[in-house]
Amino acid sequence: MNPNATLIGQMIAFAIFVAFCVKFVWPPIINALRERQANIADGLAAAERGRREHELSEERAKEVLKEAKVEASKILSLAQNQGDRLIEEAKETAMIEHNRIVQSGHTEVQQELNQAKQALREQVASISLAAAERILEREVDVKAHSDVLDDLAAQI
Amino acid sequence: MSSEHGQTTGEYIQHHLTNLTYGQHADGSWGIAHSAEEVKEMGFAAINLDTMGWSIVLGALFIILFRLAARKATSGVPGGLQNFVEYMVEVIDNIVKESFHGKNDLIAPLALTIFVWIFLMNAMDLVPVDFIPRFFALFGVPYMKVVPSTDPNITFGLSISVLCLMIFYSIKVKGFGGFTGELLFQPFGKNIFLIPANLFLETMGLVVKPISLALRLYGNMLAGELVFIIIAAMLPLWIQWLPYFAWALLHLLIITIQAFVFMMLTIVYLSMAHESH
Repeated sequence: MNPNATLIGQMIAFAIFVAFCVKFVWPPIINALRERQANIADGLAAAERGRREHELSEERAKEVLKEAKVEASKILSLAQNQGDRLIEEAKETAMIEHNRIVQSGHTEVQQELNQAKQALREQVASISLAAAERILEREVDVKAHSDVLDDLAAQI
Repeated sequence: MSSEHGQTTGEYIQHHLTNLTYGQHADGSWGIAHSAEEVKEMGFAAINLDTMGWSIVLGALFIILFRLAARKATSGVPGGLQNFVEYMVEVIDNIVKESFHGKNDLIAPLALTIFVWIFLMNAMDLVPVDFIPRFFALFGVPYMKVVPSTDPNITFGLSISVLCLMIFYSIKVKGFGGFTGELLFQPFGKNIFLIPANLFLETMGLVVKPISLALRLYGNMLAGELVFIIIAAMLPLWIQWLPYFAWALLHLLIITIQAFVFMMLTIVYLSMAHESH
């Protein structure tokens, strides 16, 4: 072992390298590390917050859905009722109309029947008259006998 | 293989353990030493070009690699190099936080520098022992010791720097009075007759720390390197790969542990320097 100036040289080199490391190597790396640590911690906290918010909103959504279901069933039953009522009303209207039509039909038939009876009477009267003319072989004074004839026609 | 060079096995090993030392020869001229005697003659005013050079190259490699990552360091998604560098930084930051309880912005980067630099220096051990010396021999360089941590000058350079920091922080935290007080009045207490014993023990305690740091690293690395050299020197070429590979696997563990131990003890010693008894 021969101690020589290499010892001093190594001490100087050591001092220079350490100084360089202290000034230019260590701080940027350790700062980047700490910054990243902070970033990751922030990110995790944000994720946690997001998760909680998501849970909350899911809860809210469930509630809203439940409310909507209740509302919908309400509306449905209301509509059912209304529909029933409408059908009921329509049935009534239809019944009334039906009665009215039937009624008017009856009246018409009655009228026609009466007219037909009238016409028949008149025809019977004229036929009877003609028959009487033939029988009597002379003219019958229509005016003189119309009373009888009308009476006759009315009896038919 | 030793026979190729016409060297004996002993010469081969000796050659591998000799530094490329530049200094003043006995006759007054400057140049590279060609034998152990010449190195001795040069005394302290000489420098080991090989270990010093490799040490600086590896230190620069560390600084450049980590500076590259630091320049691009963002808090966003890290890339491959950044991942690796950040991992190292985080591990060392945690170790320092656990074992050093003062507030000091120097300790953590110091520990990072020590760990990575010593690791890189130790890792030169894994380069097959003849590669780099043979390559430099092509350019007429007679010696090339590539593992800086097998040079006690390098390991003591590191550990004496650590000692300086220990003394500096002791005085900074406790004041000059506090520091000398610790030397004079501990561990036996404040008594004028006990001062010599206290001073002796405390000084020993202070001096032994860098010596143990340096010698532990030096010893482990030298032993590891020696095993590689002996494998290369004694075994036939066709079987060398097997013990080489086995030892390299084990040695990979040793170089990491030694770098870690040096760093860990530095942190502990500096932590002790910050605490008053």
